[in-house]
Amino acid sequence: MTLSLNGKNIVVMGVANKRSIAWGIARSLHNAGARLIFTYAGERLEKSVRELVETLEGAESLVLPCDITSDEDVAKCFAEIKEKVGTIHGLAHCIAFANKEELQGEYLNTTREGFLLAHNISSYSLTAVAKEARGLMTDGGSIVTLTYLGGERVIQNYNVMGVAKASLDASVKYLAADLGKDGIRVNSISAGPIRTLSAKGISDFNSILKEIEEKAPLRRTTTQEEIGDTALFLFSELSRGITGENIHVDSGYHILG
Amino acid sequence: MADVLERVTKIIVDRLGVDESQVTLEASFKDDLGADSLDVVELVMELEDEFEMEISDDDAEKIATVGDAVNYIKSQM
Repeated sequence: MTLSLNGKNIVVMGVANKRSIAWGIARSLHNAGARLIFTYAGERLEKSVRELVETLEGAESLVLPCDITSDEDVAKCFAEIKEKVGTIHGLAHCIAFANKEELQGEYLNTTREGFLLAHNISSYSLTAVAKEARGLMTDGGSIVTLTYLGGERVIQNYNVMGVAKASLDASVKYLAADLGKDGIRVNSISAGPIRTLSAKGISDFNSILKEIEEKAPLRRTTTQEEIGDTALFLFSELSRGITGENIHVDSGYHILG
Repeated sequence: MADVLERVTKIIVDRLGVDESQVTLEASFKDDLGADSLDVVELVMELEDEFEMEISDDDAEKIATVGDAVNYIKSQM
């Protein structure tokens, strides 16, 4: 059993820029020998993703558009992946969105539209892509998503995104139960706060980072590389007995009372 | 001053793909340099890294032009 991902095709959804957690995961998987398929949402991100992908040495990566809010688009994207690479062995789902106005103040003020938007993009999208990925994971596979402590406990300003993460966490368990018989594992990584473009949308994010530096057992904030390496483990054979699990990679912050 | 402006200009040219000549003190990120809201957040993060400082949400919202950014950075150095 090995950490090598040679000969494995892994789909990475949700790279926005060099700071993206998805990019940290992509680098770890690339270094372990995986062939990567990147998907992006909207033209705005295409250039950014393509520029990053070019920096991967010796890479032969695919870059495809995928609007995860459209079943038709998701089906089209996976049909294209099937045509180009055939079988896939892994999928990293690193997608979330909520209106910035709803990531501050009281959760109580969340609108119906904002609630549904956050759940659609941040939670249902995992189920939507798992459905399509199943058909391509003919040798079994590993699906990894990103969650956050704000789905388990109240974190100031995280609001509707926390509720969406709770829904995502439950989805991981139900999907793990459904897909286990096909040899497909589904797990999540609960990442400590990382200074990404998305995180900057959370009101007063800098003070969340400061709290981690002061209080987390390891007294430092989480890095992209730490998440990438845990994802590598979850995509490798070494984690073959793990499914439906959530691994906190957060300098131990989640154990604090 | 020149140094700050030079470093800020480089970041803007890199991030927004605009010509250096467009980056004047009066230029508005959104109106003149074509930045959308995500570009602005990315720019703020690049400036935080480049000048090793923290720009609060409230302060970031007040930065509309290149001159605003340069003045803010100088006031924090």
